[in-house]
Amino acid sequence: MGLLSKKDSKLILDPLADNNPITIQVLGICSALAITAQLKASIVMAISVMAVLGIGNVVISLMRNIIPSKIRIIVQLVVVAALVIIVDQILKAFAYSLSKELSVFIGLIITNCIIMGRFEAFALGNGPWRSFLDGIGNAAGYGLILIIVGFFRELLGSGTLLGFQVLGDPIQKTGLYAIGYENNGFMLLSPMALIIVGLIIWVQRAKNKDLIEE
Amino acid sequence: MGLKQNLHKLKEKYKGTKMAPAFNALHTFLYTPNETTHSGSHVRAVDDLKRTMNTVIMALVPCLIFGIFNAGYQHYAAIDNTLRIDPLANFFTWDNFILGAWTVLPLVIVSYGVGLAVEFIFAIIKKHEVEEGYLVTGMLVPLIVPIDIPLWMLAVAVIFGVVIGKEVFGGTGMNILNPALTIRAFLFFAYPTWMSGDKVWVHGAKEMAGQPDAISGETILGSLAANTEPVYSTWDMFWGFIPGSVGETSTFLIILGALFLIFTKVGSWRIMLSAVLGAIVMGLIFNGVADAGWIEKSSNFYGLMSEPFWHHLIIGSAAFAIVYMATDPVTASQTNKGKWIYGFFIGFMGIMIRVFNPAYPEGFMLSILLMNVFAPTIDHYVIQGNIKKRMKRLKVKTA
Repeated sequence: MGLLSKKDSKLILDPLADNNPITIQVLGICSALAITAQLKASIVMAISVMAVLGIGNVVISLMRNIIPSKIRIIVQLVVVAALVIIVDQILKAFAYSLSKELSVFIGLIITNCIIMGRFEAFALGNGPWRSFLDGIGNAAGYGLILIIVGFFRELLGSGTLLGFQVLGDPIQKTGLYAIGYENNGFMLLSPMALIIVGLIIWVQRAKNKDLIEE
Repeated sequence: MGLKQNLHKLKEKYKGTKMAPAFNALHTFLYTPNETTHSGSHVRAVDDLKRTMNTVIMALVPCLIFGIFNAGYQHYAAIDNTLRIDPLANFFTWDNFILGAWTVLPLVIVSYGVGLAVEFIFAIIKKHEVEEGYLVTGMLVPLIVPIDIPLWMLAVAVIFGVVIGKEVFGGTGMNILNPALTIRAFLFFAYPTWMSGDKVWVHGAKEMAGQPDAISGETILGSLAANTEPVYSTWDMFWGFIPGSVGETSTFLIILGALFLIFTKVGSWRIMLSAVLGAIVMGLIFNGVADAGWIEKSSNFYGLMSEPFWHHLIIGSAAFAIVYMATDPVTASQTNKGKWIYGFFIGFMGIMIRVFNPAYPEGFMLSILLMNVFAPTIDHYVIQGNIKKRMKRLKVKTA
């Protein structure tokens, strides 16, 4: 990457795989379970978290020298809350049905452990540009898992992708349904999200033995 | 040269190669292995894990054979109701057997074929011996599914159950949940239209639905949940001439199997007895509630609640689950005291879930899976209690 130095590009690429916030740090699981039944919702959630985390990291990083450390958590919460409300309002204005579908989970980005974790661990000790990259990278790592899980859950659970019936029409019995295929209702229930995340963790650690904990 | 020698030679030939576990498995499945331990302590016993598993399979064979006849019988009796007047005379017929074998044997083949394939693949990848655990699971699975379940669904469920229910924990002996029930639970949550309702328990009922010659295959629990009187007599329930999952209908054969398991000391009588007690206690509580008039006759739960408590043991999957599922030595409690608690709650909650589950009037699958999760905790507290008791005794002695 010519645009970024090697150190900077590591900030973005590391969280995508070997330091993924969901599969390695095991943060942000709750939203991964809640909203991944549909691919569209996963994508919107990923983008929202990316916006909040990218901007939030920059804001915190700019303020890092003037925040008294005693009240830093409160300050961080105020920043996240403000950003989340903005995202929520934008969604309500431009994608109302989707914001209905995501309901409380956009609001609950405030409690997403990844965000507070990055503020604490990175933005408080690094400059704004690097913090921005770190925020985008971690949100991308989070989003990647969300999208993988959402892809499988929607495809196998509803037979659709982004709302399109890619496997055929279950009522008219076309495509795969004509030969007796049926949607897997278990995929739409939260436990299956956990199992898919578990399978991703399994594959990842089988490929890279360094990631296996003692 | 006998088969045993041939197998042994094959085994020697492939020793140390990737495929070795597969040949070893075949060899030890059919014969006692030639190897003996060279050092360390020896446990002298004629039965190894494979013999234990085979004992359970032997106890299951009557249920399978009965299930085959019953599959055919239920189909023909649903079409021609007069057959039900004298079940015994119309039960053991060639027609029933042929139709039953045609529908049940594919389930058995898919269950074993897919499950063992997964086991072999894992053994080869992980470079350990093929484990015996699937021998029993593979026999249980076809007995606890509805007769018309599509084979690909069964295959998907078996892969899920063996991989997620067993292999991720480290294989046979390490699993927390009963693999057969994991497979069934997967089917139940994934494809509910094939696992519940009044059209799945009799062969052909789903296909003929909506046609003029439609047949019904409502189970007894299903009709009780709908507050209608079931059409079967108590003796039908006991002998097993009723619709249901393939092998679980005949309480009589299950009791024989239970005696066989207890006699060979493979199944734990403590779990069986305490589970029956738990079911009776819960059944009596519900009977009392219904008799006292605390529940409206029009209530959704009245039919199941007012059913005599001992009926609950001979309908649905209660007997089969208690004898063959709850006693799985890996997932049950290990301590004797723990077994009583574990078994009691299986029976107790099985009936409770059966009565109160609005979507599906049966509860033993879920109650056993739940108690599987609690079994290690129960054992932990039993052992802690034991330690405390002994410490106290020691103190009294030394004081």
